[in-house]
Amino acid sequence: MRAPRVTVVDYGIGNVHSVVKALRHEGAEVTLSADPRDVPAAERLVVPGVGAFADGMKGLRERGMVEPIRAWADTGRPLLGICLGMQVLLGESEEFGRHEGLGIVPGRVVEIRREAGFKVPQIGWNRIFPPNGAGWRGTLLEALEPGAMVYFVHSFTAVPAREQDRLADAVYAGQRISAAVGRGNVWGCQFHPEKSGSVGLQILRRFLAA
Amino acid sequence: MSVPAEVSGRLASRVIARLDIKGPNLVKGIHLEGLRVMGDPAEHAVRYYHEGADELVYIDIVASLYERNNLVDVVARTASQIFVPLTVGGGIRKVEDVTQLLRAGADKVAINTAAIRRPALVTEASRIFGAQCIVVSIEAKRRPQGGWEAYTDNGREKTGVDAVEWAQRAVELGAGELLVTSVDMEGTRRGFDLDLVAAIGPRTGVPVIACGGAGSIDHVASALRAGADAVAVASLLHYKTETVGSLKAGLGERGLEVRR
Repeated sequence: MRAPRVTVVDYGIGNVHSVVKALRHEGAEVTLSADPRDVPAAERLVVPGVGAFADGMKGLRERGMVEPIRAWADTGRPLLGICLGMQVLLGESEEFGRHEGLGIVPGRVVEIRREAGFKVPQIGWNRIFPPNGAGWRGTLLEALEPGAMVYFVHSFTAVPAREQDRLADAVYAGQRISAAVGRGNVWGCQFHPEKSGSVGLQILRRFLAA
Repeated sequence: MSVPAEVSGRLASRVIARLDIKGPNLVKGIHLEGLRVMGDPAEHAVRYYHEGADELVYIDIVASLYERNNLVDVVARTASQIFVPLTVGGGIRKVEDVTQLLRAGADKVAINTAAIRRPALVTEASRIFGAQCIVVSIEAKRRPQGGWEAYTDNGREKTGVDAVEWAQRAVELGAGELLVTSVDMEGTRRGFDLDLVAAIGPRTGVPVIACGGAGSIDHVASALRAGADAVAVASLLHYKTETVGSLKAGLGERGLEVRR
């Protein structure tokens, strides 16, 4: 059988090497690309990224990636945004001013409220659960048990406008954190599957089978 | 929503395996000195990952002495097999050193000596790579008159800097986490300097990793209760007193939440 192919969008933000290594570990043939012409021909697309929302959108715009990624999302082929790569899927962010996102998943990105005894950013392992009792069958998370632990590093959190776009939730500092979103074949993980041990690798493996 | 009501929104306490590396070898000393060769760092790192370590930290312990970091090779060899966060430190003096280590597969870098000599490095690196990527490593030694002094060059050089004040300053400069090592307790297996953990852990706006002195599960539990967000252990694992799994099971029995 041919190796599943993945194109990882390199838009100059954060460390892309870890996700490339994890996808390769799961048997993918990975192309790292900063060229928008590679997007339409991709089989699967991963948008990684760590950092500020505005920098991320700037990086995508400067490389001419915004329209190709939006167009890709309409094709129904698998797309996975990780961390900042998930946040930019949303409509807008309030991180250091108001910024427009890709608008693929309706909603916005807000700062985690600071509460006594909790540090922001959230850095570490937290539990994720399926919202609304919907379960994870047929999704990227279907191999996971509710309450599985994954690794988060973030100060901002997505608030999807539609409840059905929420794929997984976590609780941090008394707040509902959108840990993963899903809409058709478009997925986003606020946590880092490439750094979440065997649980994270299961998610990537499922993405490669999508 | 279906997150169970008893979920507190507190993070699991992290257990981090720390590997001090000199040349091709994993080493372990006492008070960061008197090094003993423990074996191949890559082999140990991969084993600790499979045992359930939440993160790994590699420190090139002679790097700042020779002003270079030798770990690019071991990072590159292990990063394709380890899928939890990997922090690498020792001898990082400039932004290009960070770039090189991230390219090799590190997720975060730990900076001590260079951060004290040129604090602007922390700010520069934090702006470029994000605060989550920059760990400031503090080697603290008790002062006879009270408090702690920050040391550099792997516990060899005095700085005159107050370690607790430096911790606050490092966060202001852009550190995303602090790795706080007690030089007094390091390698002794007699327990953490809990006063040091309590002086820095709960008061700092970023996660604090307590390091130095773990000799038993109870020691580790005490450090977490004193206010550490994570613990870095070395001897306890290298000498096979515990595995990462048995350590975490013991922490769980003591009522601390850990990732299993």
